[in-house]
Amino acid sequence: MIHFLQVYGMQLIDKTGQHLYISAAALLLGIVVAVPLGILLTRMKHGANAVITLAGVLQTIPAMALLAMMIPIFGIGSTPAIVALFIYSLLPILRNTYLGMEGVSPAVRDAAKGMGMTWWQSMIRAEIPLAAPVIMSGIRLSATYVIAWATLASYIGAGGLGDFIFNGLNLYRSDLILGGSIPVILLALLVDYLLGKLENTVTPRQLR
Amino acid sequence: MLLSMEHLRKEYPNGKIAVDDFNLEVDRGEFISFIGTSGSGKTTTMRMINRMLHQTSGTIKIDGKDISKMDPVKLRRSIGYVIQNIGLMPHMTIQENIEIVPKLLGWSKEKRAEQAKKMIDLAQLPAEMLNRYPGELSGGQQQRIGVVRALAADQEIILMDEPFGALDPITRESLQDLVKHLQEDLGKTFIFVTHDMDEALHLSTRVVIMSHGKQVQVDTPENILRHPADEFVTNLIGEERLIRAQPNILSVSQIMLKNPAAITPDKTLDDAIDLMHDRRVDTLLVTDADGVLQGYVDLDDINRITDATTPVSRFTNKEVFYVQANALIGDTVDRILKQGVKNVPVVDAKKHLVGIVTRTALVDIVYDALRGAPANDEQPASPINADIHAAATHEGGESSQ
Repeated sequence: MIHFLQVYGMQLIDKTGQHLYISAAALLLGIVVAVPLGILLTRMKHGANAVITLAGVLQTIPAMALLAMMIPIFGIGSTPAIVALFIYSLLPILRNTYLGMEGVSPAVRDAAKGMGMTWWQSMIRAEIPLAAPVIMSGIRLSATYVIAWATLASYIGAGGLGDFIFNGLNLYRSDLILGGSIPVILLALLVDYLLGKLENTVTPRQLR
Repeated sequence: MLLSMEHLRKEYPNGKIAVDDFNLEVDRGEFISFIGTSGSGKTTTMRMINRMLHQTSGTIKIDGKDISKMDPVKLRRSIGYVIQNIGLMPHMTIQENIEIVPKLLGWSKEKRAEQAKKMIDLAQLPAEMLNRYPGELSGGQQQRIGVVRALAADQEIILMDEPFGALDPITRESLQDLVKHLQEDLGKTFIFVTHDMDEALHLSTRVVIMSHGKQVQVDTPENILRHPADEFVTNLIGEERLIRAQPNILSVSQIMLKNPAAITPDKTLDDAIDLMHDRRVDTLLVTDADGVLQGYVDLDDINRITDATTPVSRFTNKEVFYVQANALIGDTVDRILKQGVKNVPVVDAKKHLVGIVTRTALVDIVYDALRGAPANDEQPASPINADIHAAATHEGGESSQ
């Protein structure tokens, strides 16, 4: 173990950094797209099911296939990986945002509007804070998925901890396989823990 | 006129007419209840006032200004709004909840905090509660906050949509007292939607009874109890309630006998005895030449006097119990019954004798009110009912003073 770190330590830090970068970029994109889209869906009752079903279908595409499909469009490197992982992150965030917003009591919405809040104020001050715990748990779920699947991104030249694993597989070197897998697991657990903390923070005291 | 609604009509795209030709003028400080069966359009009408719904045609004016030409957001901030499901923000403290509209209006932090303190006092809740969350309060306390929150930005008109429907009877009563206080002492104007007739009659200055989108009757609670417009209103109020309400809507003048046996103090003992004989009574009321009540003479007292020329004034009993003609029976019945006298003279504001109430008439009313039905079902025109109608036709003007 110490020997492994002595040899691959610097590389490990480098790959972990790449892994985090790909995952974070994909997740951020996912949040930026899926949260507003989820909110929008609650306002248009008819389209909601179709959009969520579509996101569900995208989710069922095998990860390898999706990554491969990105190559003709974006070439190789981190960009196609980020786009593919972004597509994967959409569904949990989208669905939870939709459910969270739908779960806000109509009385709260009615009261907010009746007191003279604009649509925007009602969103920011009442509805999003109340839906935040559910939205956050969707983000958390997406985060762990994305970190796990980012391993495969190595296959299309995006780097990350997957490089260790694939090298290990090719060379029959179990130390490389473990040296890649364990950090991925630790990373996923750590991010899940931190986002759990954040979820707790955004949950209104009274709803915990 | 604070609020006026003219020819309001609300028609849904599916052709259902929710409100049809609704007209109402509301003065400052009034307490208006909208009551009716579900689907009668009462909530729809109320929600048009703060433009939560938009009428198909007709106009609503506040202080003479057509609200359809106002910014709906600004309009809503100027009108208090209380809903049945309370509508407190569960993620905000009580203080933040109270401060919502003042904050939207851009009040300073200090002014808002001061107002929150004032409002929680008004709700008769301890100031410590400002830091609590709605979930930590009982349903009744939450709705108290809901009510005062609607006043936090000095709104003049408060809309309430069945605000106390989900509360238990005791809590509901204390909240009714709170809103009554806000209306009577702070001069707030309430538009109150309810399906509870007792609540409407107890709180309102005027009640609007609605059915299938139309106004059936708009009047004071007293007048509605006295003259229900039609069978629908009678059924809505309930036979029981109409009878029970009698002590509270009938005034003494409506059940009194007029032209009581009376004598002036300058008459003699002989005159008094003659009058008693003629009228077949054992008591005479004594009034001066202007008809002002002085006292009474009783047969027992007269028996002890031998000189037939003694003036009445010598044996007038000055300690006489009397009631005001315009007093409600419900308010005076206890006092009358406790006195244990057979008859009570009735006087007007200047103490002129106008009539007499017999204990029998009074007991009949009380008995009916307790029992909840006329003593004799076969005769709907019982003496009491006859009195109500007589009073209504002959003394309508007088009793409304």
